[in-house]
Amino acid sequence: MGKRSIVPYGPQHPVLPEPIHLDLVLEDEKVLAAIPSIGFIHRGLESLTSKKDFNEMVYVAERICGICSYMHGMGYCMALEDIMNVEVPRRAEFLRTIWCEMSRLHSHLLWLGLLADGFGFESLFMHSWRLRERILDMFEASTGGRVIFSVNTIGGVLKDMPNDMLKDFVRQLDEMEKEIRDTTSIFLNDYTVKSRLVDVGILTGEDAIRRGAVGPMMRASGINVDMRKNGYAAYNEIDFEVITSNKCDSYARCEVRIGEIFQSIDIIRQAVAKIPDTEINTKVTGMPNGESIIRVEQPRGEAFYHVRANGTKFLDRFRVRTPTFANIPALTQTLQGCQYGDVPLLVLTIDPCISCTER
Amino acid sequence: MQEIKKDMYLIDKAELLQVIMEKKNALWRLCQICCSFPKAENHYEVTYSFANGYDFANYRLIVEKDEDVPSISRVYKSAIYYENEMHELWGLNVENIKVDLHDKLYRIDVETPFIEKEGE
Amino acid sequence: MGQFLPFTKQVLKNLFSAPATTQYPFVAREYPERTRGHVDIDKDNCILCGMCMRSCPPGAINVDRAGKTWTINRFDCVQCGYCVEKCPKKCLSITPGYQEPGPEKVNYSVDVPYEPPKPAAKPAAAPAAAAKPAAPAANAEAKPAEAPAPQA
Repeated sequence: MGKRSIVPYGPQHPVLPEPIHLDLVLEDEKVLAAIPSIGFIHRGLESLTSKKDFNEMVYVAERICGICSYMHGMGYCMALEDIMNVEVPRRAEFLRTIWCEMSRLHSHLLWLGLLADGFGFESLFMHSWRLRERILDMFEASTGGRVIFSVNTIGGVLKDMPNDMLKDFVRQLDEMEKEIRDTTSIFLNDYTVKSRLVDVGILTGEDAIRRGAVGPMMRASGINVDMRKNGYAAYNEIDFEVITSNKCDSYARCEVRIGEIFQSIDIIRQAVAKIPDTEINTKVTGMPNGESIIRVEQPRGEAFYHVRANGTKFLDRFRVRTPTFANIPALTQTLQGCQYGDVPLLVLTIDPCISCTER
Repeated sequence: MQEIKKDMYLIDKAELLQVIMEKKNALWRLCQICCSFPKAENHYEVTYSFANGYDFANYRLIVEKDEDVPSISRVYKSAIYYENEMHELWGLNVENIKVDLHDKLYRIDVETPFIEKEGE
Repeated sequence: MGQFLPFTKQVLKNLFSAPATTQYPFVAREYPERTRGHVDIDKDNCILCGMCMRSCPPGAINVDRAGKTWTINRFDCVQCGYCVEKCPKKCLSITPGYQEPGPEKVNYSVDVPYEPPKPAAKPAAAPAAAAKPAAPAANAEAKPAEAPAPQA
């Protein structure tokens, strides 16, 4: 038996864009257990419901996270639309779908970059982020923001994308698809990348369920669940297959996310082809009363919104369970028995978004 | 067990462990545990959400202010974090959590739980 | 070669292509027309109703009815656009151009030339208001009693 020691990991670490702290119990170089603690950037967004009215909360909900900001705003609006029985116009649903998929694209490209940075492939990191930049430019042209879009409102969206703008986006995505294919083939085929990813951090399908993993983490363990198949927004009119992998390791997570990049481009194409010409929002009056639970598939996995309203303009409870929070138990599972040098990489493979987690 | 609305059931404390075991044996996934404290009712509501594929079920437990809830972390390991969070941020006592982090899951400067402050 | 050294193609391409970034301080960034940079006010249309102040999520806007000023702390503003949406006179807009950083938070204040309507006891002010060109025409015709009085 080797010597046991406890190593504090984080909150500041070169591979971590955001602070999370792990206490790693090591035996020589092998990790026996990991105890996470979060809360370095806890902002109390959930309890802001007692100070901001339910319309302002749309903007607060969006600021939960800087990457999946669009979907947080959308999930919150969908929950309130459900409570207030608002029928969202079809065009707004399609626009939401397009923006959702663009968010997924930029989130996955960001993650690929961070992963490359995590295993020390700096130029691959730069290339992923160069590709991501064009998506951000598209966001800026369509919503006016690069990170926080502020286009959602209860009852629809605030800004329309004219049809020629949509066509232009599709053309740009077509151009990018080739470049993305070149860059992602390096992740999938390069020897150095493979040597860091293959057979590292195994999470079996049963473990994924027991630990409540969500999103690409779960799909990389061969479980076919994607909340988009529930048909929120306009996903019920779009034809797509859930991408899964049976390899259960870090390479599988990379593979699933890369598959989703191309899938997102395809969904955007389909949505642009089918988008109807209707209004983009409906007027909402009155106060919400009731409760609703909405599940949305974010780039990182299933996000859970529970809104409880009491008939006043302040909500009783706004609960967000973000995908990273659900993936932390799965992370501790994958860390057990891994090498100390693989810890940064394994933390990255859950695509951690700590600001989300702490709200 | 009584159905409040679609996919939402009201259960009481005695039924909780039985429901949880049923879900575990059928390989359901724990989505989340949500603790809320509606001011008008002045009690805690703990909602356990489970999912299996695209099926979805929520079980709600109503807990008085100074009551304890049994921990389910020995059945579902991921419940450790939700239960620690409930205790830390909402002040709800959870008996016997498998890994009790003693209010150290969130490293926040201000004193938790927040619920006490709202009551003042 | 692609199978064994997939990055080689990219490396050769990088050697002979221009950088992907712009030479920032020398080449200015062009913003698309929808960019949410900062909140602008058309002060002639403002009626100092205070809707923007009440709706602002971070509380950056302050409307002083007595002092007739509209003040925004641009460092607190999060460019969400909720005030623009809420404004009943549509006198607010979000335009490109970000706030420049500075050593301290300063308020940006505008004097609004709006006269509150005279109390209902004096309806005689109405004809004078209709003659004023800057007053919003629809408002002056629809509700002459509430139309703004001529400015000083």
